Amino acid sequence: MQKFTLLDGLVAPLDRANVDTDAIIPKQFLKSIKRSGFGPNAFDEWRYLDHGEPGMDNSKRKINPDFVLNQPRYQGAQVLLTRENFGCGSSREHAPWALEDFGFRAIIAPSFADIFFNNCFKNGLLPIRLDAAVVDALFNAEAKAAGFRLKIDLEQQTITMPDGTAHRFEVEAFRKHCLLNGLDDIGLTMQHGDEVKAFEAKHRAAQPWLFK
Amino acid sequence: MNPQTLYDKLWNSHVVRTEADGTALLYIDRHLVHEVTSPQAFEGLRMAGRKPWRISSMLAVADHNVPTSGRAQGIADPISRLQVETLDENCAALGINEFKMSDLRQGIVHVIGPEQGATLPGMTVVCGDSHTSTHGAFAALAFGIGTSEVEHVMATQCLLMKKTKSMQVLVEGALGRGVTAKDLVLAVIGKIGTAGGTGYSIEFAGSAVRGLSMEGRMTVCNMAIEAGARAGMIAADDTTIDYFKGRPFAPQGELWDKAVAYWRTLHSDFGAQFDKVVQLNAAEIRPQVTWGTSPEMVVAVDGRVPDPAQENDPVKRSSIEHSLKYMGLAPNTAMTDIKIDKVFIGSCTNSRIEDLRAAAEVARGKKVAANVKLAMVVPGSGLVKQQAEKEGLDKIFVAAGFEWREPGCSMCLAMNDDKLEPGERCASTSNRNFEGRQGQGSRTHLVSPAMAAAAAIAGHFVDVSK
Repeated sequence: MQKFTLLDGLVAPLDRANVDTDAIIPKQFLKSIKRSGFGPNAFDEWRYLDHGEPGMDNSKRKINPDFVLNQPRYQGAQVLLTRENFGCGSSREHAPWALEDFGFRAIIAPSFADIFFNNCFKNGLLPIRLDAAVVDALFNAEAKAAGFRLKIDLEQQTITMPDGTAHRFEVEAFRKHCLLNGLDDIGLTMQHGDEVKAFEAKHRAAQPWLFK
Repeated sequence: MNPQTLYDKLWNSHVVRTEADGTALLYIDRHLVHEVTSPQAFEGLRMAGRKPWRISSMLAVADHNVPTSGRAQGIADPISRLQVETLDENCAALGINEFKMSDLRQGIVHVIGPEQGATLPGMTVVCGDSHTSTHGAFAALAFGIGTSEVEHVMATQCLLMKKTKSMQVLVEGALGRGVTAKDLVLAVIGKIGTAGGTGYSIEFAGSAVRGLSMEGRMTVCNMAIEAGARAGMIAADDTTIDYFKGRPFAPQGELWDKAVAYWRTLHSDFGAQFDKVVQLNAAEIRPQVTWGTSPEMVVAVDGRVPDPAQENDPVKRSSIEHSLKYMGLAPNTAMTDIKIDKVFIGSCTNSRIEDLRAAAEVARGKKVAANVKLAMVVPGSGLVKQQAEKEGLDKIFVAAGFEWREPGCSMCLAMNDDKLEPGERCASTSNRNFEGRQGQGSRTHLVSPAMAAAAAIAGHFVDVSK
């Protein structure tokens, strides 16, 4: 997994609440058996004017000039600023895969759906929860300054605005450790294989019908 | 010992170890697998040279991509076909129990798990699908996971997670005539919002919940995720235990008695504390219809489309305006004045035998309205379909002008050929009314099976409680 330590990234605002995983990556692209290449179809129905299907040459499609991520000032954005309950809906990890492949490394919102939030950490993508008032302030600051960037320091758990104003964010210690070091958590769990085996033996003795 | 919630009991009985920050390694009893969220996990496993920890914990089925008609011809779309074939190959290579497309037992993963007794009370159940919350209806701890976690469970039989907060949704009283489990859960979502359960596991309780059949309880827990909760659950009782008698994967004989003794302990203790309690009066719940593009955008069928001008919160106002524009609806329209183009009865929310019986009861001896271009019934599994046919439900539907299809996820998410055309409006028994969910530009109204059948007959929404 890609490490996340420090980021100084351009911010793109997506001013909508309840952005769901069907919007982030529509279902037709879930037919892929690969883990990469979803970026060109992130937000497909909002981003293009025609209907997208897997295998199309996306560079030849008509883009929707009104969609915020298509505006020239947001090209190369690495930080997505958005509203409540981002990533609600399905468990599809294709959503963080698409956002990461698009170029995002961090997402800031007042709240995230639980499964999406979890999936981000498995893919080097940092979801940051901030108070709705702080998110509002970030939207306002971004609207006033083209090229608005944020510095994100995972070790210190801070985001810093261009004027030096810093906000602290919370992140669970274990997730932080894995993200800072780019650790594969399967490898970490396998180090506890003996404990899993011991638990399993005890569990089997108590509820043998689970092991038919 | 302090009184425990059902969630505490399920959690505590599966913790292998706990990290300093409270992150636990949780043992998983049942791993359900489908074709969409597993190929990358199987590949990851292979690339790392790892093997599944306990193959007997896994049960696989293809459901999202499968066609619901002309199945003998196979899957026409080559990309969908490859995904299903990849599941077949992965299961064959590792010896994983899979119900293939031609198997009578094939169906939607959340229908077949309980139907086979592969889901049992007291289990931890996971699947790479958010609607895994369905299985919590059986006093199991069940939740959806992403593909990285699918791989993690395959390799280690465990998941890394932190305990959530607990919420009790207490629904007391009796549901009125024509008011179903679907209306109950939509009313809960309307009350707490689609993020109301974020960070919580919800236990549904109260006399209205205890009065539901297992099918109804599955509908309720299925949509816990639509309230933002990863897991929904209901205490085990006689209804739960009776459901499993004679199911293929359920214990038998002496083991059955031992299991039942344990299952009887799977309820919240008297005096157990929840982090949050939400109460609803069952008698006040009316048949529900969604009007917007989020399941929380819901009203009673005798209500009206909201007016954004009446909303003070700017973020909410803009959401309502967005949704009404997308849905092609004017503020203050009576819900019963909304005409529909198509009807979908199916999905992991509402495709079980009881759902089909309720819809057939409404459709019996009637005809689908002329303005309805397609009304389809998609049973949740081959066994549900077989049972419905034994009861003659298929004949009732077909005589009324409904199409009777093969089992699968179908138009709930439209990954196969069953989808709406842009701008088409559908009365759907599924779980999500998101933009584009049933096809690009599709307009979805979530309802119960009886409400969907009634809308098919009238051509617009009608109040089935009248």
